[in-house]
Amino acid sequence: MTALPIEPVATAAQEPRWRLLRGVNVGDRVYQGVLTVLAVTLPLLLLALVGELLVSAWPAIRRFGPHFLWSSVWDPVAGVFGAAPMIFGTLASSLIALVIAVPLALGVSIFLTEFAPKWVRQPIAFLVELLAAIPSVVYGLWGIFVLIPFLRSTVVPPLRAVLGWTPFFDGVFYGNSLLAGGVILAIMIVPYIAAVSREVLLAVPGSQREAALGMGATRWEAVWTAVVPYGRAGLIGAIILGLGRALGETMAVTMLIGNRHDIGLSVLQPAYTMAAAIANEFSEATTNLYLSALFEVGLLLFVITVVVNALARLLIWQVARGTAVGSRAL
Amino acid sequence: MNPRRVRRRVVNGVMTGLVGVLSFLAVLSLILILGNLVVKGASSLDWNFFTKNPVPAGESGGGVANAIVGTSIIVGLACLIGLPIGIGAGLYLAEFGSGRLGWTVRFVADVLNGTPSIVVGIFAWTWLVKPMGHFSALAGAVALAILMVPMLARTTEEMVRLVPHSLREAALALGYPRWRTSLRIVARTALAGIVTGSLVGIARIAGETAPLLFTALGNLNFSTHVLEPMQALSLQIYQYATGPFDEWHRLAWAAAIVLMGLVLLLSVAARWAIRQRHGAAR
Repeated sequence: MTALPIEPVATAAQEPRWRLLRGVNVGDRVYQGVLTVLAVTLPLLLLALVGELLVSAWPAIRRFGPHFLWSSVWDPVAGVFGAAPMIFGTLASSLIALVIAVPLALGVSIFLTEFAPKWVRQPIAFLVELLAAIPSVVYGLWGIFVLIPFLRSTVVPPLRAVLGWTPFFDGVFYGNSLLAGGVILAIMIVPYIAAVSREVLLAVPGSQREAALGMGATRWEAVWTAVVPYGRAGLIGAIILGLGRALGETMAVTMLIGNRHDIGLSVLQPAYTMAAAIANEFSEATTNLYLSALFEVGLLLFVITVVVNALARLLIWQVARGTAVGSRAL
Repeated sequence: MNPRRVRRRVVNGVMTGLVGVLSFLAVLSLILILGNLVVKGASSLDWNFFTKNPVPAGESGGGVANAIVGTSIIVGLACLIGLPIGIGAGLYLAEFGSGRLGWTVRFVADVLNGTPSIVVGIFAWTWLVKPMGHFSALAGAVALAILMVPMLARTTEEMVRLVPHSLREAALALGYPRWRTSLRIVARTALAGIVTGSLVGIARIAGETAPLLFTALGNLNFSTHVLEPMQALSLQIYQYATGPFDEWHRLAWAAAIVLMGLVLLLSVAARWAIRQRHGAAR
C-alpha cells in the first residue's frame, strides 16, 4: 500500500485524533503492558512451582537416586524411603476407576449425543456435570459412611463367592481398601470423561452418521462403525484426561484407601496413593529427609500428571482441531 | 425376516437400552449422594449450627460458625488475588495472544490446570508458610488462587473470542482507542461469559481441601485474622468425618450440606449468567 498523503492539521483540538490514527496511544501501551504482566505471571508461577519442588526434593533425590522409584521400604525412623507402594497404589486405584468409569461415561456421552430425545439432553448433561461440582471431601464423607457399608454388605460377599479364589479378591474386607478408593474415583471422573467425550462426539461431522445410516446401518451400527471410530483419538484423549484427574485426586482417596504402605494384588486390602501419602504424612514429617522424600513424591506426581494431560490434549486436538474442546470443563 | 437382520435389530435395541441405563446409573449416583446428604445432615441444621463454634470432643451441641466465616474469608481473598490475574491473562490471550508468549501462556495454563491440588498445597507451604514461620489463611488463599487462575484465563479467553469482530471494528472505526474498545466493548460483551467462568472457578475452589491442609491448617476457635491459621468448611468436614465421635459425624454431614449448597448455588448461578447472553445455546 502506498502512503496516503495524510496532512495533519496541527491544531490543538485535532492533534490527538491524528495520533490515534497512527496508533501511538499511550493508553494502548499501558493496557497491553498491564495485561502482559498479568499473563506472564502464569509461566513464572510454573517455574517457581517446579523450582521449589526440585529444590525441596533434592536431598531425597541425591540420597536415594532412582532407587526411590522401586524400593518399597518406607521407614521414617531409619530414614529410608522408597515410593513403590504409593506408585503402585496410585496406578492400581486409577486403573480400577477407569475400568468402572469408562463404560459409564462413554455410555452417557453416546446416549446424550446419539439416542436421547432432545428434551432430556440438557437436564441429564447438567446433572452429570454436577457430579464434577461435588467437593472431593464430600465424596470422602459419603464414601466412609455410605459406600463402604454398601460394599461390605452387598458387593463384596458375592464378589468373593465367585472370584474369591483369585489373588485379586483375597483376604478379609474391612472397608478402607483399594476397591473403595477405586470406586469413589470412578464416580468422580465420570463427569470429566463424559463431558469431553460428548464434545468430541458432537464434533464428528453429521455426514459420517448420514453415510452409515444411508447404507442401511441401524442407529447403533452407525454410532459404532462410523461415529466412534471417527472420534477415537478424542475419546481416548478424554479417557486419559480422566486418568490424569484420578492420579492426582487427594481427599476422597485418602479417606477411603486405607493408607498402608503395601503392595498387594487384592483389591480388598488397604493401599496407599502418592497424593494420600503427602496429605497424611506431610505435617508429621519431622526430619528434613522425610520432608524431602514427600516433596519427591509430589514432584513425581506432578510430572506424571503433566505427561498424562499433555498426551490427552494432543489426542483431543486431533479430532477437534482449533476448538477449545475440554478446556472449559477442565 | 432373515435372522441376520433380526440379530442386527436386537443388537441395536439392546445397545440403545444399555447406554440409556448407563446414563441413568450416572445420574443415580448423583441423586444418591445428594439424597444421603439431605437425609443424614438436614436434621442438624439448626440455629446453633450456624452461630456457635465447635465444642470440645465428646460434648454435644456446637456449630461451625468459625468454618463458615473462614471459608468465606479464604475464598474471598483467593478471588481478590486470582480474579484480576486470571481475567487479565485471559484478555491478554484473546487480544494479544497470537505470538510465542501467547502460546507459552496457553500451554502453561493447561499444564497448571491439570496439576493436582495437593501439589499446589505443598508449593504454597514452601513459598509462604515456611518463610513466614506459621500457617495462615493468606497462604491458603494463595494456594486456591493458583488453582483458579489457569482455568479462569482459559475460559475468559474463550468467551472474549466469541465476541464478533464486527463489533470491535465498529468501535475502532468510531475512533475508540484499542484499550477502550477492548475493555468497554469487547470485555463488556463477553461479560456474561466471564462471570460464568469466575463463578465456576469459585465453585471449584470453595470445596477444595487438599491445598488448605498445610496452609490454612484449620482452627478450633473463631478467627478472622488472615495471617493466622483459619478453619474452613472443607477442613472441618475432613477432620470430623475421619474422627471417632458420632457427634462429629453428624456435624460433618451438616457441614457438607452447607458446602454443597454453596457450590450448587454458584454452579446454578453460573448457568444462569450464561443463559442471559447466549440463550439456551448449550
